[in-house]
Formats: sequence, C-alpha cells, structure tokens
Amino acid sequence: MIKFLSQPWPWYVAGPIITLNMFLLLYFGRQFGVSSTLRTMCAIGGAGKVASFFKFNWRDQLWNIVFVIGGLLGGVIASQFLQNPKPIQLNKSTVAELTDLGIEDAGKDYLPESLFSWDSFSTVKGFTMLVLGGFLVGFGTRYAGGCTSGHAISGLSNLQLPSLTAVVGFFIGGLLSVHFLLPLFV
Amino acid sequence: MKFVKFLLVGVVFGITLTKAEIISWYRIYEMFRFQSFHMYGVIGSAVVLGVIVIWFAKKTSLKGMNGDFISMPAKEKVWVRYLVGGTLFGLGWALTGACPGPIYILIGNGFTIFLVVLLSAVIGTFTYGLVRDKLPH
Repeated sequence: MIKFLSQPWPWYVAGPIITLNMFLLLYFGRQFGVSSTLRTMCAIGGAGKVASFFKFNWRDQLWNIVFVIGGLLGGVIASQFLQNPKPIQLNKSTVAELTDLGIEDAGKDYLPESLFSWDSFSTVKGFTMLVLGGFLVGFGTRYAGGCTSGHAISGLSNLQLPSLTAVVGFFIGGLLSVHFLLPLFV
Repeated sequence: MKFVKFLLVGVVFGITLTKAEIISWYRIYEMFRFQSFHMYGVIGSAVVLGVIVIWFAKKTSLKGMNGDFISMPAKEKVWVRYLVGGTLFGLGWALTGACPGPIYILIGNGFTIFLVVLLSAVIGTFTYGLVRDKLPH
C-alpha cells in the first residue's frame, strides 16, 4: 500500500482530489482559497491598525490557517513516509534547456538546490529572487483577489469571467517570468 | 474539534500536491514552457469536474452541513485588478515555482528556505493593503 502510494501520482488522480477538497470546503460552508491566509496573518499581526483592508474578524478565518497547517503536515507525511527516490520524469527538452541555463540534475529533487537553499539566500541574486518572488506572489494574489485555488480552480468551476481574466493574467506573468525574469537569476 | 475536518482536508491537499509533483519548481517551469501536459491535466481535470459538481450542486439546491445552499460569491465585474494582479502573481509563481498552497507544503517537505518566500508573500499582501486605495481596480 505504502509502496503503491509512494509512486508519483498521475494528473487524473490529483485533479479530482483537488476538486474534492474544494467541494468539501464548500460543504463545510467555506471557500477554497489559500492566498487569503496571507491576509489573515497580516490581520493577526495587527495590520488592521495601519490599513483598513486588514480590519476584519480574523477569527472567522482561522479555519483556513488550520487548513494550511494541514497542508504543511501533509508535506511532512509525504516526505517522511511516501518518498520516491526516482527523479521527476520531466520532458527531455526541459532538462536540456535547464542544463543550458546552468541548472544541473533537473528533476532530481522537487526544485533546484542552486536556487533554493540557505546558501543561495546569502547571495545577492538568490536573496533577490526569493524575496521578490514571494513578494509578487503575496501582492499579486491579493490585488487579483485570489490565487490558483481561488481563481483557477474555484472561480473557473463556477464559470466566473473575472477568474478567467485572472488566469489569463497568471499566464501572461508566468510566460514573461520564464522568458525574461528567471534568466536574470540563474 | 470543529477545526479537525479542515486539518484533515489540508493533510490530503498537502500529500496530493507533493505526490503529484505540483509543488515542484520544475513542473511549473515545464507548464509555462508548454513542454508537459501534467499541470494542464491536473488543473484541467479539477476544473472540468468542478464545473460538473458546482452545476449539479446548484441544480439540485444542495445544502452544506450548516443548512445553507452551496454557492460561491460572485466576483466584482471589473477586469483591471484581475489582469494586472494576476500578471504580478504569475511573475512570482514562475520565479518561485510555488503558488500559496505549495509554499506551505514545501516547508512541510523540509524546504525551510520557503519560510523566506512565505514571509515575503505576507509582506507583499501587507503592502497591497497599504497602497490598495491608490491602485486601479
């Protein structure tokens, strides 16, 4: 059983489980949207004193903080008990492209250690990439009113045009990033 | 006790996104280079099934556990914030290889460097809250 679960899960297993997650949260009377937790953390930290955007009863959002703590625990469980020693089966042209960019052993782990480690964080390039990347995620999701879970999954499932606009934006940004921004940092 | 169900759904979410490699920077890079079907399969199947589930829930007036009809609030009928905000998020998503969910899940997987990404994301959200009134929406 453990061995079976430890294999990489195909898309047709993961997609429906994500839909089930969304549905269960709706059934519990909540909305599936992870980026809202960032706003909640600001509110818990007292940001309501400086900006009205953070003046809301964050206790109503504690369920979502519990949900992401669950996500974190899921990551612990998967990494401790469901490990798969084999590399990620990436497209060969992706691997070749990344090698050209200077990223070796593509797919060996979930991410390139040369970009995501405390060692890289201590370099100007590495620090800038991690901090700028995180900042854009936090700023952009709140400006857009949602991230992948809120817009791409929930919003599109509900056939909402604003969410489709947001997803188009996600792709404009992602394409610009892999072509122009990322090469500056690797 | 009322929080346990959210914790459990979160655990399933975290295991799924890890095992399906959705938390992988490489998978996101591949997606934005259109070199793999994997991520399109994940998001596409989730949305197609989601459309059916939401349609069915509305058609049958399905109620949640607290007795309210299952529904999602309508989003504002504007487009600037969705396009511009979405683009800014997309820039960060491709750079870090992580949307908000995977940030937490990567930390759980032992990639503690994502604490930096999480803190930066919180600061990003905080900054949005500060300048919100000056931005076009």
